[in-house]
Amino acid sequence: MVTTAQEATITAPPRRVFRHRLATRLWHWTNVIALFTLLMSGLMIFNAHPRLYWGQYGANLETPWLEIGSTETAGFLKIGTRRWDTSGVLGRWQDGDGNIQRRAFPGWATIPSTYNLAMGRRWHLSFAWVFAFGLLFFMLRSLWNGHFRRDLTLRREEIRPRAVWQDIKDHLRLKFHHGGESAARFNVLQKFSYIGVLFGLLPTMILTGLTMSPGMDAAWPWLLDLFGGRQSARSIHFIAAALLVGFILVHLLLVVLAGPVNEIRSMITGWFVLPREKGT
Amino acid sequence: MIVTRRTLIASAALGAGGLLAGCDRLTENAGFRKILFAADEMNRHAQRLLTDRDALAREFTAENLSPVFRGNGTQYPAGPDYQAHAAAGFASWSLAVNGLVLRPASFSMAQIRSMPRRSQITRHDCVEGWSAIGKWTGVPLKRILDHVVLSDRARYLVFHCADDSGGGVTYYESIDLVDAFHPQTLLAWALNDALLPIRNGAPLRLRVERHLGYKHAKYVRRIEAVASLSGIGAGKGGFWEDRAGYEWYAGI
Repeated sequence: MVTTAQEATITAPPRRVFRHRLATRLWHWTNVIALFTLLMSGLMIFNAHPRLYWGQYGANLETPWLEIGSTETAGFLKIGTRRWDTSGVLGRWQDGDGNIQRRAFPGWATIPSTYNLAMGRRWHLSFAWVFAFGLLFFMLRSLWNGHFRRDLTLRREEIRPRAVWQDIKDHLRLKFHHGGESAARFNVLQKFSYIGVLFGLLPTMILTGLTMSPGMDAAWPWLLDLFGGRQSARSIHFIAAALLVGFILVHLLLVVLAGPVNEIRSMITGWFVLPREKGT
Repeated sequence: MIVTRRTLIASAALGAGGLLAGCDRLTENAGFRKILFAADEMNRHAQRLLTDRDALAREFTAENLSPVFRGNGTQYPAGPDYQAHAAAGFASWSLAVNGLVLRPASFSMAQIRSMPRRSQITRHDCVEGWSAIGKWTGVPLKRILDHVVLSDRARYLVFHCADDSGGGVTYYESIDLVDAFHPQTLLAWALNDALLPIRNGAPLRLRVERHLGYKHAKYVRRIEAVASLSGIGAGKGGFWEDRAGYEWYAGI
């Protein structure tokens, strides 16, 4: 037999919190499109010269620190003096028609899917505008509506080593929600990664991208000094892109582990359903 | 619905494949292409509007020189005409300047080399991604233009070259007057204190330092001042612009 009190708990609508404001949601989905196209068209551009250098200059006769290439029979990735066989994925792979291709990144990872540097650049340099203006809009809006101050400011008690260690342990145990209202707030690892991406990686992508423009280098020569040369900027652009891909993969994994329906819904409607407290 | 790992992976692969095919279709779609290509104009306007039009490209020191300055594109122009010139050390090569100019002229290499010269150690950036630093010596293009005097209607300079880059079409490129009168824009005849090697554009090539490599026309035979690029090639202003859809504004 069910008591009235119990019945009330069962039938009461789940408690919801408003977690993501409109600016955040719009920016999030704009970035899904912009970063997806920027990454894949960027890999196409990389395919035109799949070697990375440090310094002001670097071309075929210089030694790259990273290279994706192929031999007669295999594809390889070379970083420094280390070399890995990457046949089938990098350097030497089969396209959809079963033909062997010797480009660095495979067709399924690039826009367009067949080699076309001119169109890769068109995609990249168009969506760079979407990405840059999106970031600018989100930054201004988040300063204005208090998102940064309210949600991203690190509080003294949460950056104590013991508190950070506790959060790391919670993540490793896949314990993301501590019940109740705390589910509506970022934990400290989330804050660290969002701060790093927002104020570190994303501006680095834009500035290193600009440093590859000969016109911008003339207008803003400090760009060359900031990154140590155009080829260094190209390398950093690639490394930062790889770190962003890592961030996105972890982000997606955590969304799946934390409850994908609730998480994705909250990024569409803004509303997040609070998990039931255990033991009630 | 029960989501198994298999269906999840399969649908993710299907979704990714669909998106990718969609991107390829968009690339070929005329309307979408127009939007993508609009960024070229946006980049040009933004750079011209927000930055100093006369800003100089960085000039490096001799320690920064690339050990070897590679050639790219045409390494040795085909055809008996160019080869005869090369065999004669380009003694009878001449540069014609015509179109919308008040005093069309033709300059011999000896005349060009005796004109006031400028040397600059600058970085050359290929659209593919590599960079090389070299020391260029040549006559500032402005000197030539002061000599022929542009008509008020002239808006662009088209560089007609001697190299057949494929299909019987010789290379051509164009720049606007902001770049034409820029102090670092040269008709270069020397690289690293030696006469220009053939792979780098002998006897005369354009240096337009705030642009990617394909703008720097090699083997220049004629400069034509025009009011519009619509009558040049397929109308996009350059060999690679017409052939493959590269941006006319190559400052980025």
